[in-house]
Amino acid sequence: MSKKIPTRDGFGKELVEVGKVNDKVVVVSADLEDATRAEYFRDAHPERFFTVGIAEQDMVGTAAGLALVGFVPFINSFAVFMTNRAYDMLRLDLCYNNTNVKVICSHAGVTVGPDGATAQCLEDYAIMRVLPNMKVVCPVDDFEARKATRLFAEEFGPMYMRTSRAPMPVLTKEDDPFVIGKANVMREGKDVTIIACGVMVSEALAAAEMLKKDNIEAKVVNMHTIKPIDQECIIASAKETGAIVTAEEHQINGGLGSAVAEVVVKECPVPMEMVAVADTFGQSGSPDELLAEYHLKDVDIAAAVRKVVKRKEGSKKEETVNT
Amino acid sequence: MSTQNIDIEKLKLQALQNRKDILETINAAGSGHPGGSLSAVEILLSLYSYKMNHKPDDPTWEDRDRLIVSKGHVSPVVYVTLANAGYFPKEELKTFRKFQSRLQGHVHTKVPGIEFNTGSLGHGLSVANGIGLGARMAKKNFNTYCLMGDGEIQEGSVWEAAMTSTHQKINNVCAIVDYNKVQENGPVSEIKGLEPLADKWKSFGWHVEEIIGHNFKQLIAALDKFDTVKDKPFVIIAHTIKGKGISFMEGEKGWHGKAPNDEQLQEALAELNS
Repeated sequence: MSKKIPTRDGFGKELVEVGKVNDKVVVVSADLEDATRAEYFRDAHPERFFTVGIAEQDMVGTAAGLALVGFVPFINSFAVFMTNRAYDMLRLDLCYNNTNVKVICSHAGVTVGPDGATAQCLEDYAIMRVLPNMKVVCPVDDFEARKATRLFAEEFGPMYMRTSRAPMPVLTKEDDPFVIGKANVMREGKDVTIIACGVMVSEALAAAEMLKKDNIEAKVVNMHTIKPIDQECIIASAKETGAIVTAEEHQINGGLGSAVAEVVVKECPVPMEMVAVADTFGQSGSPDELLAEYHLKDVDIAAAVRKVVKRKEGSKKEETVNT
Repeated sequence: MSTQNIDIEKLKLQALQNRKDILETINAAGSGHPGGSLSAVEILLSLYSYKMNHKPDDPTWEDRDRLIVSKGHVSPVVYVTLANAGYFPKEELKTFRKFQSRLQGHVHTKVPGIEFNTGSLGHGLSVANGIGLGARMAKKNFNTYCLMGDGEIQEGSVWEAAMTSTHQKINNVCAIVDYNKVQENGPVSEIKGLEPLADKWKSFGWHVEEIIGHNFKQLIAALDKFDTVKDKPFVIIAHTIKGKGISFMEGEKGWHGKAPNDEQLQEALAELNS
């Protein structure tokens, strides 16, 4: 866990490699390829790189056109400009038309840091996962970013990937399995399951360590795919541990927590708590300051776990009284 | 097809038939967009009966010319043109806008010959550009046409795409603006005027052909000119009349998106037959 790498770097480097073996892969950019690391592809494969200038709507539509004639376009921007500015194009040109376009966005979450709230996209999971045909992925580290990039090029259909600007600890190994829609269990535990994605996975692992002192053994799940969500894993975790805490660097409404709750409520009702941004905008600051300010740290996850475990024990007692 | 062999009188007769079919189709559906369909009849016929390389019995033929219908609400004129060109049975026009029909309210790829689902304005030119760039990379010779409405080009995304066409030197996409002067809530000139429209496109680096969009000779000449202009993106501004051919519909905003009832249909057909 010593080395930290932004996941945007893994994406950028792997796309160059993917481009070497698949000449159908192209990039359409809107003048942020330096920030998203699509610039590596631009420099390696200039004949398959197009910029449309600062014009996100045009970027999405142009990519859809390229997909119609058999290319595999990767488009890229800050998450906020892509998913908010060009939403109608993502909905119609990509999802309704089911075109084979890959959407790669950096600069999401409060860990964007000093740029402040405008650039800190906190709603991308919600508004991407509500679109039919769209898949939504947030790789946890450099290895997953590389694997996701390869899978994006191989599998058909519109897909969204959130990458990080902030350096992320490398939590997985090169030969660990990575399947879109299949969560990875990072740590076993019997008392509670923490389901997290992105930067929050390492916070969740740190929280699990802290909770040992409370005699709580927490299972930690890396839910790298928000859509399609791994129902099987959620149901199994609910049954095994009887309580769930979700953790995401996203608004509390509509994101990972909501996606997990939709499964839990229907399939396996257990007490749940959600660690997420509480329906507010971010601000300038360092990633760590902001994670603390918006209650997205390991201590916040640990507090949520204590709360949910208490609720679980409370409901168990109630059951005993009633029987 | 060469200009010498084109039978303008035959095209005019087909245009008349298409107008009748459009009105009957919208009447049967009980909703739809007659105004902008009737203004684009000759534009679409010029494409499908003269200009475009296409095979109605092989709609996904790799080397076909493509049409992106950016103003997707004029599905009636598009479906009628395709049905009469042999893409699908004309009988099916009766199912337009009905539950489980392929003929969705806005153009949809379920219908043979439709390349892209649209219905939200300002999308088509970017998509056409993408196809054009892809064709160039794949060393394919087909062309892509993009039909836009006049009100539609109030959308900023159209001008994002127009700048890309110029910068990327895209010369295998032909944009066509159906300039029928009327949009949903009134005259374009009163809502947000486009003039000087030709100068706008020219200042964006485009070659502009300005013609009467109901005149087959002018349409054909402009479409042929497209083949010869290789240094600039190419737009045809087709001056048309909204609701063309039906006196009570012409220039009337009320007929942008309303179906004629049975009585109005008979009145309209009688006028076309006279």
